[in-house]
This record gives sequence, structure tokens and C-alpha cells, in this order.
Amino acid sequence: MFEYTFQWNQALARLPKILEGAVVTMEVALLSMLLGIAFAILLTLLRLSGSRPLHAIATTWIEIARNTPALFQIYMAHFGIASFGIHLSPFASLLIGITFNNAGYLAENFRGALKAIPDTQTRAGRSLGMSQLQAFRYIIVPQMLRISFLPMTNQMVWAVLMTSLGVTVGMNSDLYGVTQDLNALTFRTFELFAIAGVIFYVITKAITLSARLVATRLFRY
Amino acid sequence: MIEIQNVRKSFGPLEVLKGIDLTVQRGEVLTVIGGSGSGKSTLLTCINGLEPIHSGKILVDGTEVHAKSTNLNKLRQKIGIVFQQWNAFPHLTVLENVTLSPRKVLGMGKAEAEVIAEKQLKHVGLGDKLSTYPSRLSGGQQQRMAIARALAMSPDYMLFDEVTSALDPQLVGEVLETLKMLAEEGMTMICVTHEMTFARDVSDRVAYFHQGIMAEIGAPDQLFGDPQHPETRRFLASVR
Ligand SMILES: Nc1ncnc2c1ncn2[C@@H]1O[C@H](COP(=O)(O)OP(=O)(O)OP(=O)(O)O)[C@@H](O)[C@H]1O
Ligand SMILES: [Mg+2]
Repeated sequence: MFEYTFQWNQALARLPKILEGAVVTMEVALLSMLLGIAFAILLTLLRLSGSRPLHAIATTWIEIARNTPALFQIYMAHFGIASFGIHLSPFASLLIGITFNNAGYLAENFRGALKAIPDTQTRAGRSLGMSQLQAFRYIIVPQMLRISFLPMTNQMVWAVLMTSLGVTVGMNSDLYGVTQDLNALTFRTFELFAIAGVIFYVITKAITLSARLVATRLFRY
Repeated sequence: MIEIQNVRKSFGPLEVLKGIDLTVQRGEVLTVIGGSGSGKSTLLTCINGLEPIHSGKILVDGTEVHAKSTNLNKLRQKIGIVFQQWNAFPHLTVLENVTLSPRKVLGMGKAEAEVIAEKQLKHVGLGDKLSTYPSRLSGGQQQRMAIARALAMSPDYMLFDEVTSALDPQLVGEVLETLKMLAEEGMTMICVTHEMTFARDVSDRVAYFHQGIMAEIGAPDQLFGDPQHPETRRFLASVR
């Protein structure tokens, strides 16, 4: 009844290929995170802008990002927009999908962080001659990023895990995509995906641990 | 010169400044006293344009603060203000707190800004705290840092809003000494304060605010020794 015989050697022989995929996964996650933070700051600004349409755009983005499956968001970034004649590579679609998701979650975190920063901080900046934007950039944003550091770390972990959804839009160069292709070739399903699972675990653990290190170095105040 | 002409200001239905007229000359030290809610802080934030006014005019060296054409960021460079608390930027060291505006607003280079910042920080007695973060400073040290930070923009006027009232009693003295020192150096200052001894010692004039009106203004000897307005008398009796 249990006829599957493990053949780890066959699977381990593919390790270099799988690791190449892991590198792509980390690239996508990191890029989507950097872009996600940038867009989250933009969304935060739009929300603070006092303009109703801009506020509505930001809110819609954040609501969709947080209340629909990441799979849906990535799908839309590929097949959805293809309906309008925009054809993106799987890599681009995956990156856009995850970035969209990151930005939405992070913007919501930033909103919470902003509440923790007293208004007087902006006032102090303004009274030193800074423009609203300068006060935001040099006084508010750094404090906001510090307060949101832990949620940002969590989001980074999520970004790594979300790359696995890329296979649905034809992505085959990332950790999950490579593993899936190898599986189709060799049928060493358990071994291959177990290896991929371990690598996912190592990557995300490394992120959480190094984030802790960075935090103690960066936030000495 | 700061000229305040018939300034009125409301928050919603509440009129907080009910027609204030006041001129502060260069080199003058004016202290403002008065009960809670009398509009003292509001007046200061109107002078540097942080708050709009509803009628009247405020002129700083002839520039109308609330005119549409006025560049407030520019104007604020010559009006330093220090608040009661939360002045420090917690994510920056003491030195960075002071260099931030000279660098970003005045476009100074790092080295140049640091020379100025160090000078001002030494001036207020914080020369040994340059690389400390504000959270490691006492309240009094934080306030002195805020003063140095304002001074680093080389302002012509300094506004102080109860800068000692959030401090433990034993820290009040060091901050008042700093204000005194500035007064003696000829800085034009408006100090809102509850420290009557300080007001008496350093002011050229003292103004008493009551419910949005400047009830009385005069030399300290006159205002404290022979107050004219019944509300001033009542107030002084209550704080003594
Ligand atoms: N942003 C604001 N919105 C609404 N009301 C305000 C605002 N700021 C001040 N007020 C009200 O305006 C009145 C005057 O306030 P202000 O802070 O100028 O008084 P103050 O003389 O500085 O008092 P204190 O000695 O307590 O600091 C108060 O009744 C206060 O509640
Ligand atoms: Mg006040």
C-alpha cells in the first residue's frame, strides 16, 4: 500500500537548479518589497492629501489588496490586463501582483504608525522652515518606518511565500516554478517539494533573524 | 519688528483671540502671562503662520504673515519657536536634530551645518551630547536642544511657549538660564510663561492675557507692582 520509494539522490542532483530558482524568488521578493514600500508611502501621502479622488484611489487599492486573494491580484496582473491588450511576462506580472499586495498592507501599517507620531513633530519641522513634504520626508517617514519595522518584516516573509503563486501565470524560473518543472521531468514529487519547502523555510527564517539584527543596529534611539 | 494689528481668531464657534494689538520691537523681550485658555499659545502659532487668523494683520519686518503671497517657509526661518514639549526628533541624534534644517532648508553642506550646530549646542551647554539620542536626554536638556536647533537657523525672533512647564521643578532653572542668556545677548523674544520671577527679571514688558484679550501690558515693575486691570490683580494673587 505504501509503494513510493524515496530517491533523494535524484532530487538532490537537481539542487543547483532549485537554488537558482531560490535566487530568483529572493529577487522578486526584495524588488516587490522596495517597490511596495515606495508605493505604500505614496498611498499614505494620497490619503493625507485632503483630496477626495486621491483618497478614494488609495483606499480602493488598499481595500482590494487586503481583502482579495493574492492569487487573484497576481492573476489580474497577468491575464486580467491581457484582456485589454497588455501582455506582460510572468516575471513582471508576479512582481506587479506582489508589489500591489505589499503596498496595500504596508500602507495600512503606515496609517497605524502615523497615529503614533504626535502632530507636534510636523509642527516642529514646519516651524523650522520645512515644507510639508520635507517635514514628511525627514521627520515623519523615518519614524513611520521604524514603528512599522516588524510588520514590514512579516510582509517581506509573505512576499517570499507569495512568489509560489507565480506558477499560475506561467512563472517557471523561481523556486516554486523550477521545482514544479523538475517534478514534471522526474516525478520525484515528495523529495523535490520537500527540498523547496526547506529552502522557503530557511529563506524566511533568515529574513526574520537578520531583520532583528538590522533593527538593533538601525534603531539605536 | 512684529506688529500685531487687531487680530481675531476662532476655533469653530469659540473666539480665542478677540482683537489683539501689540507691537514688539527689535531687541525687546516680551513675556506673556495669563490663565489657561486665554489664547497665549494661539497667538504664538499665529505669529509664525502655523495657524490662520480670521481678521486683522500680523506683520513681521513689514511682511504680512497671512498674506497669500507670503512664503511662510521663508518667513519662518527668521522666527524660531520652541513648544512646551515633543520638540525633539527622536530618530535623530542631538547633532542631527540641529543640522537637519540648516541642511535641508538652507541647503548648507554637512560640515558647515555641523560647525554651526556644535556652536549652538555648546552655547546651551550640550557640547558633550552631540551623538546622543533625545530619549537619553532629560526634559531640560531636550528643551535646550530645541532652543539650539531654532538658533541654528539664525532667527531674528524667538517665540517660547511655556518651555518649562512640562519639566520637573529641578530642571526648570537650567532652561530659564538659557532664555536669560539669550535675552542678555539681545535676542528679540516673546516668552509665554508661568514663571513670574523670570518674567519680572528678564522682560522689558509683560502682557497679561485674559479670555482672548490683552487686558494689560506694561513694564514688569508696573504690571507686577501696580496692576491696573482687576483681572490682572486677581490672576497675580492666584499665582503667588
Ligand atoms: N487646534 C484647536 N482646535 C480647537 N480649539 C483649540 C485649538 N487650539 C486651542 N484651542 C482652544 O483655544 C483656546 C485658547 O487656547 P490656547 O492654547 O491659545 O490657550 P493658552 O493661553 O495657551 O492656554 P494654556 O496656558 O493652557 O497653554 C482654548 O480654549 C483651547 O481649548
Ligand atoms: Mg498654551
